[in-house]
Amino acid sequence: MAQTITLKDTRRELRIYGGRTAVAVLAVLVALFLVFLRYFNLQVTGYETYRTQSERNRVQLQALPPKRGLIYDRHGALLAANQPSHILSLVRERVPDLEGTLSALGELVTVDEDDLEAFRRRLGQRRPYEPVPLRFRLTEEERARLAVNRHRLPGVVVDAQLMRHYPQGDLFTHAIGYVGRINEREAARLDASDYRGTFHIGKTGIERRYEDTLHGEVGYQNVETNAHGRVLRILDRFDPEPGQDLVLNLDSTLQRVATEALGDQRGAVVAMDPATGGVLALVSTPVFDGNLFVNGISSRDYSALRDSPDVPLFNRAVQGQYPPGSTIKPLMGVAGLESGLVTPESTVPDPGWYRLPGDTRRYRDWILRIRGTGHAPEVDLHMALAESCDVYFYDLARRLTVDRMHEYLAPFGLGARTGIDTTNERPGVLPSSDWKRKTLGQPWYPGETLSVGIGQGYMLATPVQLAAATAAIANRGVFHVPKLVRRIGGDAVAPAPARVIEAAPETWDAIHEGMRAVVHGERGTAKIIARGLQYQMAGKTGTAQVIGIAQGEVYDEDEIAERHRNHGLFVAFAPLEAPTIAVAVIVENGGGSTAASPIAREVIDAWLLRGTLADG
Amino acid sequence: MVDYVRQLPGHEAGLGRGSRAAAGPRFDVPLLVLLLALTGYGLVVLYSAADGDMGAVMRQARYFVLGFLVMLVAAQFPLVRYQRWSPWVYLGGLLLLFGVMFFGVGAKGAQRWLDLGGFRFQPSEIMKLLVPMTVAWYLADRVLPPRLPYLLVCFGLIALPAALILQQPDLGTALLIAASGLFVVFMAGMGWRYIFGAVALALASAWPMWTFVLKDYQRQRILTLLNPESDKLGAGWNIIQSKTAIGSGGWSGKGWLEGTQSHLDFLPESHTDFIIAVLAEEFGLRGVVLLLALYLLILLRGFWIGLNAQSTYGRILAGSLTLTFFVYIFVNMGMVSGLLPVVGVPLPLVSAGGTSVVTLLAGFGLLMAVAAEQRVIGQ
Repeated sequence: MAQTITLKDTRRELRIYGGRTAVAVLAVLVALFLVFLRYFNLQVTGYETYRTQSERNRVQLQALPPKRGLIYDRHGALLAANQPSHILSLVRERVPDLEGTLSALGELVTVDEDDLEAFRRRLGQRRPYEPVPLRFRLTEEERARLAVNRHRLPGVVVDAQLMRHYPQGDLFTHAIGYVGRINEREAARLDASDYRGTFHIGKTGIERRYEDTLHGEVGYQNVETNAHGRVLRILDRFDPEPGQDLVLNLDSTLQRVATEALGDQRGAVVAMDPATGGVLALVSTPVFDGNLFVNGISSRDYSALRDSPDVPLFNRAVQGQYPPGSTIKPLMGVAGLESGLVTPESTVPDPGWYRLPGDTRRYRDWILRIRGTGHAPEVDLHMALAESCDVYFYDLARRLTVDRMHEYLAPFGLGARTGIDTTNERPGVLPSSDWKRKTLGQPWYPGETLSVGIGQGYMLATPVQLAAATAAIANRGVFHVPKLVRRIGGDAVAPAPARVIEAAPETWDAIHEGMRAVVHGERGTAKIIARGLQYQMAGKTGTAQVIGIAQGEVYDEDEIAERHRNHGLFVAFAPLEAPTIAVAVIVENGGGSTAASPIAREVIDAWLLRGTLADG
Repeated sequence: MVDYVRQLPGHEAGLGRGSRAAAGPRFDVPLLVLLLALTGYGLVVLYSAADGDMGAVMRQARYFVLGFLVMLVAAQFPLVRYQRWSPWVYLGGLLLLFGVMFFGVGAKGAQRWLDLGGFRFQPSEIMKLLVPMTVAWYLADRVLPPRLPYLLVCFGLIALPAALILQQPDLGTALLIAASGLFVVFMAGMGWRYIFGAVALALASAWPMWTFVLKDYQRQRILTLLNPESDKLGAGWNIIQSKTAIGSGGWSGKGWLEGTQSHLDFLPESHTDFIIAVLAEEFGLRGVVLLLALYLLILLRGFWIGLNAQSTYGRILAGSLTLTFFVYIFVNMGMVSGLLPVVGVPLPLVSAGGTSVVTLLAGFGLLMAVAAEQRVIGQ
């Protein structure tokens, strides 16, 4: 078969090429006409729409964050302020070379690893035209350096913003809490429009509890901006409504005295005005500086706080649940007298130990170790309070039973949150047979009643509960919910309705007298603080066991590791005749109440003698 | 020959002078004038888009000068030399593309450049010329219209670099390169049945492409095109802003340097890919029509040169280069106005940028080389 050889036919090629060119020209004409139509459609038909849109583009509704309410102590000392702070941010879209810019910024201002890490995290969450903060609280010098170099750092923005500042540093952190940057979970919960332009929110304490009051209401302004939100001109403006200022019941002096008295010991002090429930001091040590949290604490600082064995972040005053020990004996006294099981005159024999009927186990009185015998052959209520006799209250507890004990002690605020206006309050435990069955699924044993009778065993209370209960005793039965905030804006805060614990006047007299003898009595357990006391103080010491002491074992303070030493407690009110302050003190591992009672005296001194001190 | 010339030194000068005089300066005056007008217009718009930054304008002007020099030099070589060298340079270009794949450096998640000791080079750029040149070389000596086996070879020559560039990923460039190669085949007379067959095949493969081949960002671009309002502040932002810029320009525009969209920074990429929006906002539809007219004249001149080319190689190459230039225009103006997906194609000879200017003007140099070797009228 002959092979067909096709030869190149230039004429045919040219004809085809001409045809193809004609098609191409036609296609080009059609396509360019389409483009023209599109632009005609946008620029002529849609002109009005797009002109309006372009106008709107320039005019933007911008949120004006309200000024957060300030927090003052009862005398007007500023505890939480707003400080102008300069923020260095980057607008991703305008930064041509992010890494280059970051390293250039690193030479102008201090940017540490934490800043960078937080910045990169935020970078992923923001739109490219939104400023992403890199550094907060620029110093004046840093701002000047940035201003000078601004031309070579496109997309770098420095904004001024009011930022929370706690001028007293660590002194009030546990009392008022702190604010921090709004996290994702909070952002989801918050009303987005209310918080437009606001970056911080109360995280703990008063800052959180009174968030709605402190925050205020957002304002708006119509501004002409460029696409990056840089304001070129303000067109009109609806001012934000600033948050309301809070005046607290706290007294800075008292707070400082209490904090300094605790020193480097771990512990808590709560002082209250018995007449109103106003909290005069709320201290938990160790302290930390809430300012650290305002703009995101560095991971190094945070892990230092979190991992410290002293758990400084833990607010012992409201979260710390301790066995109240003998500090509940006055309450037990009220229960005994009111139930008719004891009278001021009735006595209990005290050999230094107590035995349940039909049981061989001896429940020891703390005095046994010291004197080898009881407080006295026969102990009455007055002595039982003054000398903190365990045997007397073992006997009372046995006769009262745990459930009636619960009935009498619950009105003093034990076993339930007091309702103090802060966050993270814990309820403590006021045990009952019901409680044990529900939580542990076990029946109640009679021996446990004895432990509870002296504030040990399952019983747990927070310092604020003890302060509130002590205030109620001082008040002869009027129980006030502890209140940190005294005034909101200009208005006094209406206190929660007081709860009245019904008891005979003689009951209160007997308890007050017994507590007076704790301090002023010759053998009072707190007589060490009576020296030079210029007023009558009523108090009660307490010691809380940290580890169980086995039967027959002797507790030796020196041999036990510091962390296993007993907690020292002391509750007090003064002056006896017309109390104006009630205090609860706990010193963790203080060994005994002698660690706590001098602190209470210092606080009460500071409160009652403040006029004298000022004169001196 | 060299030896011969050396032996006859007196002849050398005469030969050189004579041949140059006979050929004359090899550049196409109408095309040069049109290109100068276009680049001048572009610089005026750029001055506004760059917010009156004379430095940016001067930088772009320097690229134009360089581009025009490359163009005029490129126009001086006889076409046959390009034809002979096309496949070899093409092979070199492919090697460089493989090099990019393994040793390339990148930015914004794409790996497009080779770092040659501080000097960054984008091999995909030269492939924009090498692909049509090589396909034209391959077809020039065959009987046209090309038969199916030749067509398949051509598609291989096109697909290989296009695929390499697509995975960088650089959708815009891959598209332009594929188009430039296909245009050669089209101008060479590829049968209509093949063309329709290929179109049908492309439509049929749209679904698997969407599902398996396209990357998320590409799918996102397409979805954004279909409904840019869906993500006003994110993906759709650019298109909404550019449409607003164009539309608010109206018939006569807001005036030079008066565009609010661009000067208040609402318009993204306002001096590169989206520069047409600045032009449309400030000069209005009038300015757009002027630009379209300039482009159309350049395209018509390109087609004219192709029709009058002497060799098959020059002819089909000229047609392809012209059509590719058109694709730049159509895709860019279409994408900025929301007709087409945003694929990162500059507005030719107006958008700021050095590489594309040099490549485009080098292409016009080739076109002028074709123009210099015209068919005798009436042959």
